[in-house]
Amino acid sequence: MNGAQDMGGKHGFGPVEPEPNEPVFHSEWEKRAFALTLAMGMPGGWNIDMGRFARENRPPAEYLSMSYYQIWFAALESMIRERGLVSDDEIAAGHSLRPPKPVKRVLAPDDVAKTLHRGGPTERETNTQAAFKAGDRVRAKNIQPLTHTRLPAYVRGHIGTVERVIGCHVFPDSNAIGGGENPQWLYTVRFDGRELWGADAQPGTSVSVDAWEPYMEKA
Amino acid sequence: MPGHDHDHHHHEHSELSETQLRVRALETVLIEKGYVDPAALDLLIETYEKKVGPRNGARVVARAWADPAYRARLLKDATPAIAEVGYAGRQGEHIVALENTPKLHNMVVCTLCSCYPWPVLGLPPVWYKSAPYRSRAVADPRGVLADFGVTLPVDTEIRIWDSTAEIRYLVLPMRPPGTDGWSEDRLADLVTRDSMIGTGLPKTPESSK
Repeated sequence: MNGAQDMGGKHGFGPVEPEPNEPVFHSEWEKRAFALTLAMGMPGGWNIDMGRFARENRPPAEYLSMSYYQIWFAALESMIRERGLVSDDEIAAGHSLRPPKPVKRVLAPDDVAKTLHRGGPTERETNTQAAFKAGDRVRAKNIQPLTHTRLPAYVRGHIGTVERVIGCHVFPDSNAIGGGENPQWLYTVRFDGRELWGADAQPGTSVSVDAWEPYMEKA
Repeated sequence: MPGHDHDHHHHEHSELSETQLRVRALETVLIEKGYVDPAALDLLIETYEKKVGPRNGARVVARAWADPAYRARLLKDATPAIAEVGYAGRQGEHIVALENTPKLHNMVVCTLCSCYPWPVLGLPPVWYKSAPYRSRAVADPRGVLADFGVTLPVDTEIRIWDSTAEIRYLVLPMRPPGTDGWSEDRLADLVTRDSMIGTGLPKTPESSK
């Protein structure tokens, strides 16, 4: 979706302001929102792409005025609500008012280390052939999906060069909306700065994105 | 405008309190329903607050500086090379190491959200997730580097890597001069978090004194 999350090349946000000796979390609720989000993935049954879509899928003014963990928490609330795991009256009461829904699994303390260590690899076996090879010139398609996509607006319609064939990976555009993993070939595609930003490009700069095959066409 | 600032801070404060209350309420409901185990939550927080952070990545970089065979393995296939040092998992399932040279500087961003190699760098700092960095890194890399006090020679090529898939990037900065014969531990102290993102350079023997 062409939401506020797609920030590449936008103006007006001001300078980058690194915080010296920054703590990992800035308040207690950030820690809890972070941990709840990680832990609820298991009983909630959603995947990382659904999580990202839930975060970006909100009015731009709202997205831009929320802090990072406020966005995480809002997405967590909406995913929990959508699946009927908790109701609004329970959140308002701050207590469970009815029995839980059956869930597949709950993250046990003993499983935390191995679950984090396993992570969620996205590479998948395939018997298809990659359509592009390193060195090919490709154009990022001019697409405007209303749902989750990982092709940033600033490369759409532009020509780049395939730098690397990464492998076959879960396709977020499908996985985010319950359409299954639908694995697709993934490539690192490099765009010259001038191709993206014209005469305003800084000399000697280039940008790569990791782009799935359905995003690209032969140039 | 002091009055304006005051209102702004007051507003922010009450909003944060509201968030705090909502988080607490939801956590209570989720625990009461048995969907989450509070001990697991504590462990998750402890892991990323205490155990996983940029010192992990610094050890990887220091080993690559000290051991040419390790460096070659890291640049060829970073995920198993990093696992050799003991780091793997969530948000680092597929890692690629990017080598800086006198002619080429690499810088990593996630314009769409906040993708970052957790096992080697920990959770991302606020600036990495912020609109200024996400918007400007791709179009104004030299301006962003200037925000970090970094100026590269005009003929250094700058490559930006937008982390749009599940590939996570770790910059392998150049080994500072004057460090011949240094141990890996000593070298690791020169490796900063920002030098592994590409928004900074490693410390030098002089600057680390």
